[in-house]
Amino acid sequence: MSADPIIEFALRMGDNTLVLGQRVCAWCGHAPVLEEDIAFANIALDLIGQTRMWLGLAGELEGKGRTADDLAYWRNDGAFRNCLLTEQPNGDFGHTLMRQYLFDAWHYPMLTALTQSSDPRIAEIAAKSVKEVAYHLDRSRDLVIRLGDGTPVSHDRMQTALDALWRFSGELTTADEIDDVLAASGVAPALADIEAQYREETAGVFRAATLTVLDDAMMQTGGKTGFHSEALGPLLAEMQFLHRSHPGATW
Amino acid sequence: MMALEAKPTCDDVWRWLEDVPDPEIPVVSVVDLGIVRAVEWLGDELVVTVTPTYSGCPATAVISMEVEEALRRKNLDRVRVESRLSPAWTTAWITDEAREKLKAYGIAPPVDGVGCAGALKAQGPVVCPRCGAAATERVSAFGSTPCKAHYRCKECLEPFDYFKTF
Repeated sequence: MSADPIIEFALRMGDNTLVLGQRVCAWCGHAPVLEEDIAFANIALDLIGQTRMWLGLAGELEGKGRTADDLAYWRNDGAFRNCLLTEQPNGDFGHTLMRQYLFDAWHYPMLTALTQSSDPRIAEIAAKSVKEVAYHLDRSRDLVIRLGDGTPVSHDRMQTALDALWRFSGELTTADEIDDVLAASGVAPALADIEAQYREETAGVFRAATLTVLDDAMMQTGGKTGFHSEALGPLLAEMQFLHRSHPGATW
Repeated sequence: MMALEAKPTCDDVWRWLEDVPDPEIPVVSVVDLGIVRAVEWLGDELVVTVTPTYSGCPATAVISMEVEEALRRKNLDRVRVESRLSPAWTTAWITDEAREKLKAYGIAPPVDGVGCAGALKAQGPVVCPRCGAAATERVSAFGSTPCKAHYRCKECLEPFDYFKTF
């Protein structure tokens, strides 16, 4: 393992929130009702704010003078460490909401555990973020249940979204060498513990939402080590082009 | 000696900062909201420590700038505004006086005793800041700024903002 595990971890956390935040931003002005439009915009704002802390930490530890902005705008897709789930396209409102729930249901217990990190910088970012993410989870859980257990149309859309996205949920709780090193030193929790909480949370919610999980889904992985789906490139192109067209521009 | 006498005390600085309004909710100050965490002299340099409310709140940068400007207007030319993440900002730090100001402005103040993470729905009633009725309902946990939720009064039927517990 060549990379510093703590830097890698900060990039993973920050790239998850950056890529998902960028995806969610696209709903601004387009959500089916005003309240949900505002909710998505606020959630995207929280995620981008959290990105600033995680990527800021990664840049600081790297010690090459790269800021959070440098890391967000000047890395190419192979250098991104976000899980595949976060980069999946928005689809319809139900699809975006299901992606959000599958992420929030992992993000909340993960951050809760990270508040006890042996690394105080990680613990303080987690303590700041977890309060915001509690609100995210509360909303996405509530809406997944209401729409899943809603009309035949809303139920079908949520089931279709779950069928398409469940295969990306496994990566969130699949540990690799970096996760093992960090768990051993108490920097991050053992992902097996998070997985147990994740399974319990999602099973209860999908039961209440009358949705069925594909138990034999083949879990897709790769994002954490830089092997992404075709969805990431166009997202980065849109997010990065302005900054790259005007390097160093500020206002 | 003259220079020493001219140097304002930290109490003076706290008092001046009470006049720096929050950019989003100008009826309350950055001190009222608990955003200013510390004021101290390090030699000839005044260091003001602030903490962000929500991590992505766009007002954060404006607040640092306004704190610095307010102190420059008091002829302090060596001012540094530092940001501190921990302990994370909480609505428990909002003063009683500020809660009254929020209510008068039409924003229901945070309901005490409601946990932040995990216990999100207000346990006590969120009282309508316009008519005082306790019969209100949450429309959305997200509102016009990151710190507010959107509520509706079932008595006077007016919509209002609730400064959510955090």
